[in-house]
Amino acid sequence: MTTTHTPPDVPTKKSESRFTKLPIYLTVGLIATLWTIPSLGLFINSFRDPKAIRKEGWWTVLGSIFDSATWTLENYRVVLDQGFSNAFANTVAVSIPAVVIPITIAAFAAYAFAWMKFPGRNLLFVIVVGLMVVPLQMALIPILRVYTSLGVTGTYPAVWLAHAGFGLPLAVYLLRNYMGSLPSSIIESATIDGADHFKIFSKLIVPLSVPVLASFAIFQFLWVWNDYLVALVFLGIEPEVRVLTVELADLAGRGEGALNLLPAAAFVTMIVPLAVFFALQRFFVRGLTAGSVKG
Amino acid sequence: MTRPPVTEQGLEKGPRLPSPAGQPRDSGVAVWLLRIASALVLPLLMIAFFFAFDFLRDEDANKAVQVVVAVIVGVGGVWGMYWGMDRMISLLPERTGRAVRPFAFVGPAMAILTFYLVYPAVNTTIISFQDKRSESWVGFDNYIRIFTESTYQIAIRNSLGWVILVPIAAVVIGLAFATMVDKLSRRTESITKSLIFLPMAISFVGAAVVFAFVYGFRPEGFGNQIGILNAIMVAIGQDPVNWLQSQPWNNLFLMVILVWLQTGFSMVILSSAIKGVPEVLLEAARIDGASEWQAFRSVTLPSISSTIVVVWTTVLITTWKVFDIVFVMTGGRDGTQVVAQQMVTEFFTFRNNGVGAALAVLLFIAVIPILIINVQRFRAQEATR
Repeated sequence: MTTTHTPPDVPTKKSESRFTKLPIYLTVGLIATLWTIPSLGLFINSFRDPKAIRKEGWWTVLGSIFDSATWTLENYRVVLDQGFSNAFANTVAVSIPAVVIPITIAAFAAYAFAWMKFPGRNLLFVIVVGLMVVPLQMALIPILRVYTSLGVTGTYPAVWLAHAGFGLPLAVYLLRNYMGSLPSSIIESATIDGADHFKIFSKLIVPLSVPVLASFAIFQFLWVWNDYLVALVFLGIEPEVRVLTVELADLAGRGEGALNLLPAAAFVTMIVPLAVFFALQRFFVRGLTAGSVKG
Repeated sequence: MTRPPVTEQGLEKGPRLPSPAGQPRDSGVAVWLLRIASALVLPLLMIAFFFAFDFLRDEDANKAVQVVVAVIVGVGGVWGMYWGMDRMISLLPERTGRAVRPFAFVGPAMAILTFYLVYPAVNTTIISFQDKRSESWVGFDNYIRIFTESTYQIAIRNSLGWVILVPIAAVVIGLAFATMVDKLSRRTESITKSLIFLPMAISFVGAAVVFAFVYGFRPEGFGNQIGILNAIMVAIGQDPVNWLQSQPWNNLFLMVILVWLQTGFSMVILSSAIKGVPEVLLEAARIDGASEWQAFRSVTLPSISSTIVVVWTTVLITTWKVFDIVFVMTGGRDGTQVVAQQMVTEFFTFRNNGVGAALAVLLFIAVIPILIINVQRFRAQEATR
């Protein structure tokens, strides 16, 4: 250190006053505001009169915020009548199995990779991890061809299995690492008690792996719910089957005519992931950091 | 990492009895056939079961009932099938069953991965050497096209711009925010962090709609500006700008959307890394007379460098594959095309399989070096632990 020597009673984190932190407060406040304005504007717009949305920007409501004529649920009513309730149902039908199926398949595989002995174990695991490199785009053309020749495009299972395939490498990797780190003594004693692999897996390993299962489930759920590409390609744009993102993109493509419906429509697509996110934020953050911060 | 598997005593270590001719041994042909069969039966059954279920395709059926059935079938079906498979293996002689069972556990995952990732990767590579309808071989023509025709050159140039700028912005803003907020009260920290993190729950399509009301443009004389940026421009006496059509800056405005989405991710991970830096080290640096900035540079930064690399590469790979934002906001017009979006446009709009596949292969090959670097770093790290 080349700086001049200071006495040891330099101000530390705790003794600093609010005043010296003012620049930090201002910068943090500025970034947080910038980050919030886009979604706040959309949120306000979604509750405004359709004509007002087209006529003036959302910030003009600040003058008439307590005027009941400013606010209406009309946009939400129209949006839900116009196919968004159907798209919502489709998204639920796609998302839940598309989360549970890959987790189940990955958990069985991860258990075998961690606790069973069989020829080719390490090689197969390396292949699974290596497949994380393959981008989704590589799969579109061939899978769509197979699906078309089988006549299964536009069905839920077609999308479930596609999502399962794309989510599996990460799931197997995360779950195997977690299951492999569980103490071997508990499995030993269960074996001595006469439990078979299926029992050890379902009664012992799965309950112990709940934290990692939960954080992967949140990941996969947000990914599937928010996915546009897979749903667009394998489920399609037919009004009967399309999911929320496809419905929203279609509405956005209609231009000025649908402008007043866009904010409400966007919030209909966001409400579930936002709720999941806020309810399970801790799990989610723990999952994120566990994977990438190495001590 | 070298934990001996505890549950297979009989398989390798047990005394090998001389097996009479014809009786299946662990590595015998019969056992391998059983292994392969058990690995394939389940996924095939699963697929047949799903697709044979006509009710899920009945368009007249009640939607809510359909959703409930879909969920029960999808969720219950898979569990039930694993259980059934396990019961069937239990009927085999114990020794054979033990040799076969791991394949019933791993098989479905391998079969699904083979069908959804391995086979398509090979097939797409083959298609990339064929013409637009995949009827005849054209050698490297598609690759020559994507590197010489201006549409694709612009897409590649733009994608490079995205992967250079977006990860840097997301990491720098995320790191700055995480560092600053660490010095504030716990309450302020958790509230402001949630605000930055919130966009992570929003889909790329949703984000495009959010920013439609930021970048909104109306030519003068066509009503008030309803996009906030142009409202500000007008308020300070400037002409409104059509942000998404003014080349080449429109690319930057699209990148902002992804930065908005990804900064939360980088901020949360970097924040937890910063909190892992021992306070003693920082204290020591301060006592030595280091300013906050010097302490940050010489203590915090080196300790979190590996996390920065992880975050940076993760955001980079997401950015490289960005599709939805461009597809929904501009459709790749006005010089905003990127590789991942051009691939989809090529395939679905122009029905050109060959070029689409070549772009997909480009997407694939370009990420390999980054992942190799990541794996090497990870190995080095594991070795020094």
